[in-house]
Amino acid sequence: MKSIADIKAIRDKMQAEIIARDIKDNDDIRVVVGMATCGIAAGAREVFASLMDEVSKRNLKNVKISRAGCLGMCKLEPIVEVYAPGKPKCTYVKLDADKAKNIVVNHFVNGNEVAEYMITNE
Amino acid sequence: MRELALNILDITENSVKAKATLIEITVKEEGNLMTVTIKDNGCGMSESFAQKVLDPFTTTRTTRKVGLGLPFYKMASEQTGGTLTLKTKEGVGTEVTATFYTDHIDCMPLGSMGGTVSTLLVGNTHIRYIFTYEKEGVSFVFDTAELQEALGGESLDTPEILSLIEDMIDENINEIKNGGVTK
Repeated sequence: MKSIADIKAIRDKMQAEIIARDIKDNDDIRVVVGMATCGIAAGAREVFASLMDEVSKRNLKNVKISRAGCLGMCKLEPIVEVYAPGKPKCTYVKLDADKAKNIVVNHFVNGNEVAEYMITNE
Repeated sequence: MRELALNILDITENSVKAKATLIEITVKEEGNLMTVTIKDNGCGMSESFAQKVLDPFTTTRTTRKVGLGLPFYKMASEQTGGTLTLKTKEGVGTEVTATFYTDHIDCMPLGSMGGTVSTLLVGNTHIRYIFTYEKEGVSFVFDTAELQEALGGESLDTPEILSLIEDMIDENINEIKNGGVTK
């Protein structure tokens, strides 16, 4: 059985590999996942976990993921809002775990917003 | 909702919003009876609000008039023959206890409690969570204060640590479920 001691051991091992962060705070990409009843029922926890996982795997230190309540469009959940410095807010809708991974790769890493998941005027 | 863990996540978000600093989530299985308790030391509810809080048309938010968290949870419990009880006192905290009969065909699977607890930790590291899973007297306890101490006060909500927490909780629950031994 895994225990807290195991987590500490792994963390200590990881810490040796951590390189000092040289990115300024205002370069951060802020990501907000809607996590009210509507979001959770639509699968927001999986989207959230998938974002965390991918950001962690790629070691993206400038991406901050957080949760919010209802973002107001329950039928479009899971919704993720992305605030990147110097750019207008980008709202992704009807996401799932795989789409979330694509957003990390295309948007956060390569800087290209994924138009097909973005909210439209319909 | 497809998992009880998702319902638990949703209800616990209410405790977070109630500015709790200590939240205890307990899942206890005895035979076919599963009891889930979510207890916090948040702001609690007034008597009049507590009376109508299980009504889907009661909510604290102002954007619209429906609030489905507790009603969904109550439904999940009652559709298995279980019950939901709410104890709350203004300024003291709230305790929501729900029972489920796991052999009922309408009983949702517990799902990933690791996913729920690690999600709750993000951005809320000032809250102490104590999660307990118990089955037939064998239990697993995860206390964020204990982990925080072991890590020397370092923040728990880095993606690496969160994924370790998630795996640890789910693995321990699975092991106990499959008749493993206590740690």
